[in-house]
Amino acid sequence: MKGRFGRFGGQYVPETLMNALIELEEEFDNAMKDEEFLKTYRYYLKEYDGRPTPLYYAENLTKTLGGAKIYLKREDLNHTGAHKINNVLGQILLAKRMGKKRVIAETGAGQHGVATATGAAKFGMECEIFMGEEDIQRQSLNVFKMKLLGAQVTPVKTGTKTLKDAVNEAIRNWVSNVDTTFYIMGSVVGPHPYPTMVRNFQRVIGDEAKLQILEKEGRLPDYIMACVGGGSNSMGIFYPFIEDRDVQLIGVEAGGMGIESGKHAATFYGGSTGVLHGMMTYILQNEEGQILPVYSISAGLDYPGVGPEHAYLKESGRAKYVYATDKEALDAFIALSKIEGIIPALESAHAIAYAMKIAPQLDKDKIIIVNLSGRGDKDVDIVSKFMGVSL
Amino acid sequence: MNRINEKFAHLKSNGQKALITFITAGDPDAETTVKAIKGMEEAGADIVEIGIPYSDPLADGPTIQESSMRALKNGIKIPIIMEMVKKARQMSEVPLVFLAYYNSIFKYGVEKFLEESSKAGIDGIIIPDLPIEERSEISNLMNKNGIILIPLVAPTSRERIRAIVENADGFVYCVSVNGVTGAREKIGTDLKSYMNTVAHFTNVPRALGFGISSASMIKEVKDYCEGVIVGSAIINAMTRFQDRGEMLENLKAFVSELKNGLSEVKI
Repeated sequence: MKGRFGRFGGQYVPETLMNALIELEEEFDNAMKDEEFLKTYRYYLKEYDGRPTPLYYAENLTKTLGGAKIYLKREDLNHTGAHKINNVLGQILLAKRMGKKRVIAETGAGQHGVATATGAAKFGMECEIFMGEEDIQRQSLNVFKMKLLGAQVTPVKTGTKTLKDAVNEAIRNWVSNVDTTFYIMGSVVGPHPYPTMVRNFQRVIGDEAKLQILEKEGRLPDYIMACVGGGSNSMGIFYPFIEDRDVQLIGVEAGGMGIESGKHAATFYGGSTGVLHGMMTYILQNEEGQILPVYSISAGLDYPGVGPEHAYLKESGRAKYVYATDKEALDAFIALSKIEGIIPALESAHAIAYAMKIAPQLDKDKIIIVNLSGRGDKDVDIVSKFMGVSL
Repeated sequence: MNRINEKFAHLKSNGQKALITFITAGDPDAETTVKAIKGMEEAGADIVEIGIPYSDPLADGPTIQESSMRALKNGIKIPIIMEMVKKARQMSEVPLVFLAYYNSIFKYGVEKFLEESSKAGIDGIIIPDLPIEERSEISNLMNKNGIILIPLVAPTSRERIRAIVENADGFVYCVSVNGVTGAREKIGTDLKSYMNTVAHFTNVPRALGFGISSASMIKEVKDYCEGVIVGSAIINAMTRFQDRGEMLENLKAFVSELKNGLSEVKI
């Protein structure tokens, strides 16, 4: 069925948006067949974003752990500091192609907001970013950056005042301004065609990683690990490997203070099928379908749903989903900084944490690729607080 | 015959239009909701829409969002709402329509939800986040329970209107503006051409909703439709009072004012 991944996905949105989604899908399909569009997209990925990003052999980390060989896909080296810009460049070129002058976006950690504000500045578009009040406090550096880039940052005061509510508010704003506005969704979530479109604009991560590992090792990796909030960096690196059955795909969710504490954002642990933000997927909800408050130390993973394609990969067994707690992510954050001289985003630190857990149990000839989806500059404030250091 | 169709047939034969009023189940409390349903009917409401509070109401503006949050804080759950509907139904024959987001129904169990709604005395359901593309999951089960799934059209629907209103029953919910629910000063949409398009494809009554907040606005729009829907303005009228008695009195006064706006003959 169109717009479905098995039983997941779909378009559960107000009628007002349906024609806009249909139009978006047509435009996206045409753009993907338009060599000129693809050439422009690739040009900006290379010249503006700085791609390809390296696939870096983390020799120190590998030796310290004493097991499998660990490679890091350095998405932290993208312009604006995370993988989010890959998708933004694609969508903003699409917005331009559709003649839209105004873009809006939701943001959690602020990475997608900064990337969108950056794209809007570059391509001369009006830009409004919706961000939960709670997240605005947690990520003041990114809020400042967005404003500096010329975007309007609108605090979202409803519900849990985090990413979920920022998405609600962005959708509401889109409904009200559907004729003039392009909604740049930041993850592989939302109604069709967003999950497919965002995945296609992020698959460059996996496409590059595949070529790079073949070049360096002459074979495919045994494991690919990536953190999962909505799931765009993980979907981006997983997708080109889906048909390579020997490559194990592992998504790492945010375990927060532990699953049993109830304070987490691990959708596949305790979640069930439902509808959120226009998609059918796994969500954290109560028995009456009310969305539950979620928690993670990283604002970017603090989301009660997950992309519908992930739900499908999980149900079909093609990918496996685990979680790392706040504590494990913090330990990984510190370890990677000390051992490799790379400060990862707290989100990405969840994937590092899981790699650190299983690498020592694996033979030395095994290969792990971890998607280092973003850099940690934005998180030093939070981490210093946890370490008891005042800046 | 379904109460909604009966009501519209009756109104039509008297040359009248329908006043459809919205209330959130459980705001401010379950008992008041039941009294409000009865009170609104007495004051002239022809159909009552009962909102099932949801944590993430995408199609709603601040007024209904806040109303939903209050109801949820009160611990309102679907079984309690079913009991409320039963009580209201014992006192009144006014057509009752649920407004529910799809996840509420899906998680509760579509079949179970429809069966219980039907038994409680519900006549129709409006699901603001279920476009025709996703309708089949529920529409097959509707007829069995005698409940009507009310279709929604929007000003952006254009060529989709034909498919949306095909086999429509009860009424067509015509969203008046691009936006979310909430009291507005005026409606910017070209209602004449929009509502004519809807009428071109269906004979089912057209009810206009979103943003309609006063008797004077009703006077402006009523010629384009067979019914008007008032939601956020009703909630606003209620929340002006803490005392339940005053709240209900004020609600009734407001509804009868709206009704007068609807009944008034243009000279």
